[in-house]
Amino acid sequence: MLRHKTGSVTEELAVIPPSKLLIQSVSKSFRGTAGDVLALDRVSLSVAEGEFVCLVGVSGCGKSTLLNIIAGLEKPDNGTVLADGKPVTGPGRERLVMFQESALFPWLDVLDNVLFGLKLKPNLTRKDRYDVAKYYLELVGLTRFEHANIHELSGGMKQRVALARALAPNPRVLLMDEPFAALDALTREQLYGDLQQIWKARRKTIVFVTHNVREAACLGDRVLLFSPHPGTIQEEFAVDLPRPRDINSVDLAGYASRITRALKNFSGSELAAAE
Amino acid sequence: MKRFLFSLVFFAVLIALWEGAFRAKIWSPVLLPAPIQVMQYLENAVTDGTLFHATVITMRRLLVGYFVGILGGLPLGFLTARAKIFHDTIGTLALGLQTLPSVCWVPLALLWFGQSEAAMLFVVVMGTLWSVVIATDTGVRNVPPIYRRAALTMGSRRLHMWFKVILPAALPFIVSGMKQGWAFAWRSLMAAEIFVTILTGFGLGQLLHYGRELSAMDQVIGIMFVIVVIGLLADKIFFSPIERFLHRRWGTSQA
Repeated sequence: MLRHKTGSVTEELAVIPPSKLLIQSVSKSFRGTAGDVLALDRVSLSVAEGEFVCLVGVSGCGKSTLLNIIAGLEKPDNGTVLADGKPVTGPGRERLVMFQESALFPWLDVLDNVLFGLKLKPNLTRKDRYDVAKYYLELVGLTRFEHANIHELSGGMKQRVALARALAPNPRVLLMDEPFAALDALTREQLYGDLQQIWKARRKTIVFVTHNVREAACLGDRVLLFSPHPGTIQEEFAVDLPRPRDINSVDLAGYASRITRALKNFSGSELAAAE
Repeated sequence: MKRFLFSLVFFAVLIALWEGAFRAKIWSPVLLPAPIQVMQYLENAVTDGTLFHATVITMRRLLVGYFVGILGGLPLGFLTARAKIFHDTIGTLALGLQTLPSVCWVPLALLWFGQSEAAMLFVVVMGTLWSVVIATDTGVRNVPPIYRRAALTMGSRRLHMWFKVILPAALPFIVSGMKQGWAFAWRSLMAAEIFVTILTGFGLGQLLHYGRELSAMDQVIGIMFVIVVIGLLADKIFFSPIERFLHRRWGTSQA
């Protein structure tokens, strides 16, 4: 799909090496009405270059908090996050986030949304930016909608634009916070296929947060199970299936049911402990 | 076309009723001149240039004060939305002063600035400023935090964040505040012009005032008509297109 480009556009569209993430003993608590809540308790995790890792857990288990800390949008109380050996001190375009709601800007059309991050990147001419933005719109299959307003798009199309916007500045890491949770099953299935294809073409390190076990098994190289109160990583599953994976395949269902059982196990003990 | 025809008929009927009331001699012709007399006054005022001159002077006062009010109101609104200390001080002041009918500034302006352009400017600025402060404050507070977060990750900071994210995201609120500010400024300027007689220029309000002094009802009604038309034009030429654009972009229903 990559058309031949010249000059800095080729450079801009080049597949760059993805990042290695190292999360070391990260803790974070929030002040709640019933005292402090420990959202993350000494969580450590390493993500290899170009790996697709899924964080799974029930709502409120701290998985989104971890994602925000990796993004640099929140600061941990303790511990560090290293991206390629350098500590993460704030948000940056090396690590872009795709949120559950598209977070697209309604005052801009589709193309301008994708251009937003590119305009903040130095050393690009106007034409380069347009070429890059159009390349990514083509990649997510929305070339025809470049001048559409955001509210005119369906939920699935919005998330495609959000994906294009996140990919356009060519980050090394893509952080996805339940990006497909609000979509209908059919649209979701289609996006699983597209995302796998795009991931293969663009080689990003992806950390993907979801509460959907099947989704995690379909997308991730590894699936990490989070338990709440306090948020810790309980178990880890390597998903050893060939790609592209079909969400409805039997092998995948096997993985999903094993992960679900584990999830129920410790959520059950968690519930018992709370009684 | 059909709608246009309807409103044309409506206004024709209105003028016919007026003409009927004049002919029936219910009121003295001094109090109620015929539509044609008002037309004649307007025609004379246009040909001898008084109307054009007065409109230019009034619009200049209005626009200068209005833009000063907006330029002051936007940053103040940003400040009150972002910092508690400004919210509790300037924000509360703005809320209080916004409830004050802008006409009430006229006596104060007269005492402070005398019969001067400064008095006019002051009244118009006070009419605009507080509405814009409050609307900007509300707008900025209502910007979904997720926009900020998304922009942060893409490298937007400080000024870029303000101009490219917060300002456009708050625009629907800000525009309605600007519209309200415009209405307040326009009303207060007319009041000021009626009260303040100065030699630096005869505005529409002053024409209205002298119409009364001379018991020239054709002039009073004629000028009122012009004031209404200017208000309508401001809405149709300036605010409506902006609002239409916002509705189209945001996908909000056109009220």
